[in-house]
Amino acid sequence: MALADLAGKDRQNSFDEHVAADGKVEPKDWMPAAYRKTLVRQISQHAHSEVIGMQPEGNWISRAPSLRRKAILLAKVQDEAGHGLYLYSAAETLGVTRHEMEADLMSGKAKYSSIFNYPTLTWADVGCIGWLVDGAAIINQIPLCRCSYGPYARAMVRICKEESFHQRQGFELMMALAKGTASQKAMAQDALNRWWWPAVMMFGPPDGDSVHSSQNMAWKIKRFSNDELRQKFIDMTVKQCEALGLDIPDPDLKFNAATGHCDIGPIDWDEFWAVVKGHGPCNRQRLEQRNRAHDEGAWVREAATAFAAKERDRQQQRAA
Amino acid sequence: MTASQDWPLYEVFIRSRQGLSHVHAGSLHAADAKMALENARDVYTRRSEGTSIWVVESSAITASAPQDKGELFDPADSKVYRHPTFYEVPDDVECL
Repeated sequence: MALADLAGKDRQNSFDEHVAADGKVEPKDWMPAAYRKTLVRQISQHAHSEVIGMQPEGNWISRAPSLRRKAILLAKVQDEAGHGLYLYSAAETLGVTRHEMEADLMSGKAKYSSIFNYPTLTWADVGCIGWLVDGAAIINQIPLCRCSYGPYARAMVRICKEESFHQRQGFELMMALAKGTASQKAMAQDALNRWWWPAVMMFGPPDGDSVHSSQNMAWKIKRFSNDELRQKFIDMTVKQCEALGLDIPDPDLKFNAATGHCDIGPIDWDEFWAVVKGHGPCNRQRLEQRNRAHDEGAWVREAATAFAAKERDRQQQRAA
Repeated sequence: MTASQDWPLYEVFIRSRQGLSHVHAGSLHAADAKMALENARDVYTRRSEGTSIWVVESSAITASAPQDKGELFDPADSKVYRHPTFYEVPDDVECL
């Protein structure tokens, strides 16, 4: 083996040992190319999900039923924009540029969470996004606070703190509907019927079919398997549904005394893959809207750049 | 091509309350320092996290290199006599 290869193997070994011992990795540290690549993919996808995730909820800002609900929803959508920024910044520390990530999102090359390709048809859908979608996201994200890559872990700590408000406001919204008139309760149940399975699928394919899982576990990017996290979400949500007095749309759902967990019926993975591949109800609309917002914001970016240049010139003239 | 591609990266430091030092909170792109400050306020202090903000262009920071870590920091490991716990003194003598 050539000397350079040996040195490379040493580096790889000491990286593996460091990470296995729960050591953290910071931007300028040496890291395997595949570790960098998988993090760029995961963090940028996560950022894209936050950004696209503003659309289904933003859809209801102008139609929120009260000023209180409107202020809450505005604050929540603003948080999602912030989460996108924290995550893009974390990804940039790995050497990818903001522009490259934005371009990949807008061209459709990059993926984002499929859950945001479902429409928000009624006000109760806003509740379901906060309660179920953000609830599922929290279960996914809490272990990421201990991720081996420092900037990602730190971004996740901030995000998890803010996400907890999202889940609670969603549950409160659902509670108001579930305890309201018969038609309000029916609206809540209808939204749950439509969001339950997509939320269950948010944890990704079953463990046997998960492409990136085992390497990401070894690198401490991922700490629990998709199915473990999914089960946690199911057990938690079943109890919350009881409190709401709503029914989970699954005739096979039952408590398994032997395992202490709730078993569910079969998941329609064909639907999952169809949405991932771009055939969900809103995939095209989401991308079109992102591109339109970007194009329509061009003059703002240009004006800010021109203004900054002008201010610099003025300062130089004053100094001269 | 939009001009914002050339916006520099700024590092954001927040003083969470009077009496504490500024701590690194994150980073963002902005056309100039004023815009960086305004955006940092919106992104990092929405829940009363700050009483003061610093922004500095990332390129203005000089950082030590990871490969110099041993040379820079290991020598301190062998100088345990710099810590008060190194010294053995009688238990019954006060104010030490």
